[in-house]
Amino acid sequence: MLSSLPLAALPTLVAALSLVTASAATEAAAAEPVQFNRDIRPILSNHCFNCHGPDASTREADLRLDTQAGLLGDGQDAAGVVVPGKPEVSLLWQRITADDSAERMPPQEYGKPLSDQQKALIRRWIEEGAQWQGHWAFVPPTRPAVPQVERGDWPATAIDAFLLARMEAAGASPSPPADRVTLLRRLSLDLTGLAPTPEEVSAFLADTRPGAWERQVERLLASPHFGERMAVYWLDLVRYGDSGGYHSDNTVHISPYRDYVIHAFNDNLPFDRFTREQLAGDLLPSPSTEQIVAAGYNRLNKTTEEGGAQPQEYLAKYAADRVRATAGAWLGATLGCAECHDHKYDPYTMRDFYSFAAFFADVKEQGKYGGNGKRDPELMVPNRFQETRLNQIAQEEMQLEAALAKSPAPEEQPALKQRLAALAAERKAIEANFTRTMITVSVQPREMRILPRGDWMDRSGEVVQPAVPRFLESESLRQTALQRRLTRLDLAGWITSPDNPLTARVFVNRLWKLFYGAGLSRDLDDVGAQGQWPTHPALLDYLAVEFVESGWDIKHMVRLMVTARAYRQTSQPSPELLETDPANELFARQNRWRLEAEFIRDHALAVSGLLVRHLGGKSVYPYQPAGYWDHLNFPTRKWVADTGANQYRRGLYTHWQRTFLHPMLLAFDAPSREECVAQRPVSNTPKAALTLLNDPTFVEAARALAARTLLQGPADDDARLTWLWQQVLARPPLQAESQVLAELLAANREHYRTAPQEAKKLLSVGQAVAPASLDAAEVAAWTAVCRTLLNLHETITRE
Amino acid sequence: MSYPELTRRCFLGRTSLGLGAVVLASLEATEARSEAATRGLPPGVQGFPQFPAKAKRVIFLCMAGGPSHLETFDYKPELARLHGQPMPESITAGQPIAQLQGQKLVCQGPLLKFRRWGESGQEITEIFPAIGSVADEIAIVRSMHTDQINHDPAHTVMNTGTSISCRPSMGAWVTYGLGSECHDLPGFVVLTSKGGRNPQPIATRQWHSGFLPSRFQGVEFYSQGDPVHYVRNPLGVDHERQRQVVDAVARLNAIRQQTVADPEIATRISQYEMAFQMQMSVPRLMDISDEPQHVLDDYGVRGADGSFAYNCLLARRLAERGVRFIQLYHRGWDHHNDLARFIKVCADLCDRPTAALIRDLKRRGMLDETLIIWGGEFGRTPMAQSNKGDVGRDHHMRAFSMFLCGGGVRGGITYGATDELGYHAVENPVHVHDLHATMLHLLGIDHRRLTYRYQGRDFRLTDVGGNVVHDLLA
Repeated sequence: MLSSLPLAALPTLVAALSLVTASAATEAAAAEPVQFNRDIRPILSNHCFNCHGPDASTREADLRLDTQAGLLGDGQDAAGVVVPGKPEVSLLWQRITADDSAERMPPQEYGKPLSDQQKALIRRWIEEGAQWQGHWAFVPPTRPAVPQVERGDWPATAIDAFLLARMEAAGASPSPPADRVTLLRRLSLDLTGLAPTPEEVSAFLADTRPGAWERQVERLLASPHFGERMAVYWLDLVRYGDSGGYHSDNTVHISPYRDYVIHAFNDNLPFDRFTREQLAGDLLPSPSTEQIVAAGYNRLNKTTEEGGAQPQEYLAKYAADRVRATAGAWLGATLGCAECHDHKYDPYTMRDFYSFAAFFADVKEQGKYGGNGKRDPELMVPNRFQETRLNQIAQEEMQLEAALAKSPAPEEQPALKQRLAALAAERKAIEANFTRTMITVSVQPREMRILPRGDWMDRSGEVVQPAVPRFLESESLRQTALQRRLTRLDLAGWITSPDNPLTARVFVNRLWKLFYGAGLSRDLDDVGAQGQWPTHPALLDYLAVEFVESGWDIKHMVRLMVTARAYRQTSQPSPELLETDPANELFARQNRWRLEAEFIRDHALAVSGLLVRHLGGKSVYPYQPAGYWDHLNFPTRKWVADTGANQYRRGLYTHWQRTFLHPMLLAFDAPSREECVAQRPVSNTPKAALTLLNDPTFVEAARALAARTLLQGPADDDARLTWLWQQVLARPPLQAESQVLAELLAANREHYRTAPQEAKKLLSVGQAVAPASLDAAEVAAWTAVCRTLLNLHETITRE
Repeated sequence: MSYPELTRRCFLGRTSLGLGAVVLASLEATEARSEAATRGLPPGVQGFPQFPAKAKRVIFLCMAGGPSHLETFDYKPELARLHGQPMPESITAGQPIAQLQGQKLVCQGPLLKFRRWGESGQEITEIFPAIGSVADEIAIVRSMHTDQINHDPAHTVMNTGTSISCRPSMGAWVTYGLGSECHDLPGFVVLTSKGGRNPQPIATRQWHSGFLPSRFQGVEFYSQGDPVHYVRNPLGVDHERQRQVVDAVARLNAIRQQTVADPEIATRISQYEMAFQMQMSVPRLMDISDEPQHVLDDYGVRGADGSFAYNCLLARRLAERGVRFIQLYHRGWDHHNDLARFIKVCADLCDRPTAALIRDLKRRGMLDETLIIWGGEFGRTPMAQSNKGDVGRDHHMRAFSMFLCGGGVRGGITYGATDELGYHAVENPVHVHDLHATMLHLLGIDHRRLTYRYQGRDFRLTDVGGNVVHDLLA
């Protein structure tokens, strides 16, 4: 079966396989007792919950298989369908094995029959006593004991012990560490989205003292680029975009929110505070500018300006949008499914959906906005550097005024006054450069009704007050709700309460994916009944508890993950591991993956020397194919590429046009940011190849890198090729690799020497000025070499 | 011809086989993989098509903006009789209204005359003489209805089955299910043209792959400028120089492959080879100089001008090359005002090429295996809109007309009906999900089985709805 599929399909296929067949890992567990949560609930959820689950409106025979009472009876009137220890008299067993097809469950027409293996598991579960468990992700995590392992010398951290215990149980061993160059490249890309320079590599290789790795971790965690890297991940979740997203898709103003996110990760803002400021910064006592900016989160939903839009309809759309995004970003919950009916698999009701939406009913907004991207309420705000300077100015002004008040000598007065005037002028200049951003203003809450079948025109539904999903509600929140209307601050408090079973698990699981390539629970966007049972539930809970107890310290969690020995394993699978654990569920090796779209751009610009590294600011406009925006209207507009520094900013600052995302970002799977995305797909397509080959950004980077090589590299070709290779790939080339490039160089040199006009044309791609001191034909020939390097699979891969 | 044979022919038929192919061949010696896999051809889901398909491909002619059904395929004499009178409240009470919110709702009689066409005697507007001339080939559906009353979300429903963003478009679903038939062009291609009233913005969301793997995304072709983004070599890089770079990339990737044995590298090599092939095949596709004059005349093509006519000709050329899903947008059908004038502009641009495409495919024996679908994202109100200029009509979601043709569709019929004022689809209503279900059925796919798991749910194009409209099938 594998051999008939393209290799590009492998990741998807592997994911699908691990759903339907027993993986290496579960086979190893065959001798263990059946666990309801791990083994049985997923079967019932996928095959039975649709008619016997949480949604009352489609429930058949008044039977629930998603609750303990439904399965086992309530101990009083209701008999269950399972008699512990006795499959033969259990109705559940009788019905799933009935000979009569009219009797047999699931019904044939449902199209999801149970396999023999699944039936056998259910039988074993009943035989072993039918122990019921609440869904793992809905039970607050407790800190599990760190397991004992046979190879006690291997674990460097608790993480290693958890992973090794599982490997040992499966008869596997950890992989050896990757070489140090690969390790530093891995760590740099993971923590900053930028590869190490050859100098950084040398410094690390030269550091043979104990703690060298930890020193690199600390260096990179302290890098301002850490915040940029983390923002790429967070902005997908909260669906940050620079345009309205509907129809005319005009530019909206929200970039200060992106700066806030970058700074928050760099400052290591505790995650509970980070949460509170985004959901409810405006409701905090005397909020700072940054807290006001942070609450711009509530304005990130798509908004329309379309002529015929009915405001009521769009207010309903925006409300639903916020529920999907907030539940997705913080809770890994598909609460959005309960807009039109109760959730089919998890105990979220329609009432939960609309009650959740009611938290945001106080956000001042319009269903339909006027044209041109204006989205009141907005505010002109300073960035961090401006704010610092303004504070300095204010202080100096105070001192000067105090000096003036003390009636100084007349000859001193003009100087003081002159200085004050200069400061006033500077303040004015700074204020003129403030950035516009959408903010959250709390007003009298709109009425929030349950909309039957999600129909905004149906006003027959009950009015609801803000509430969290009922089955997750705490007693204290219930009490508070009796006294007063709950607010977004209460929501933030509940989300980051230590009792919330979802938040910490979801966050550390996604964090894990950033450094290990796959989540401990592989579904990053759904930890409900249809999500996958975690490969390492105890480790996930350990990390979740650690996160909360550390005071929601994100850098602490990152540090834990990347200082583990498991992190440093090679990503090169042994033949045995490839055979027994193709999907790497054991984490007995590192994973490797293609870089995110933004980092592919960043890397090319960085090695070329063109990258402008300053932090934050308004969105920028790198080169984009002419005509791509021709389909935009109301009004028609043109993409005008930035000149100067803004042409060479990191990818995350690219203007995020939701309906026409930059083709380079699109080719490398960046999402449109219309909805919360926890996991980008990773594709391998001709479009991506064409982009790296021909997009002027990459051609310009190649010729700039060529010029840099000729100016800064060694003198002879061989040494230059080695130098260049290390700039791009950190490691030195193999002899065979140099040989390929040497041949390419020779062929191109010959060509461009006889075609100087062609060389000039190639050097004209992009805005960067080619150094006049260099021979155009020589730069053009080296440009071919540089283009080749920027297109290599290894260049865009994190190993 | 079986599918692997076609692939082989397609691939080996090229004269400029690059080193990437050679490298691949040597990799194949050690790693047994199928033809399709090494070519990087998306092969589709195993087991699809599930039953013999009538249609192999789809050409979807999207009349963006929402053509008035009342001036094209759905003549309403009763509306003419009530012209100028208030629209009966019994019909409009509680209905969603777009730009006419808060305004007096007045009946607007048909602005154009209709005629009977063909042996079947189908009733079609007189400004569609060419479509009228193929009336016996098409099945008109007068009872379409949708969920959304504004362009952006209504397009999203038409393409993805829901107004919620980030779900896969139908072209992505179809190429995901059936794979591609050609190695040097994408399986799903989109072309756009304009003319008529203010052109509609069409988001890339409309051909996005959503949560399906990105390789199923529609690729937009442009008739002016670079036909596909980044398909042209950089300035100063000729074909030979580009070949050298692509070859060097392939050789170096292959060396790396020997060290790390990463299957993604083999895919990468094949994708680069396909990209390089595309750099040649796309310009060849777009260059219509090999088309005889009578064909150009039939379509009304006056060169590579980005017109709907040119795009229709390209659609045929794409279909010939095995492209699975071809979507043509014409963005001029939003006739809030001056409807009579603007709809004639659209008809002048779209009528003849549409009929020429149908005839051309038929002449080449391809109509039977090509499903053509024509229509907008919604219809227009039976009520007048008179905010500026001459009278027009507002957006309308409760009823509109589309037609299907070829690919297993019964020609010469009209299916379904609206009420006597053309407001509601009352007889055999066809929801967008039903259209999708029927389209997939003709492609050999049970719409309930083409699923993809995302966020714990098995999603499908037709969500939880959709019924195949069997009366439309030949």
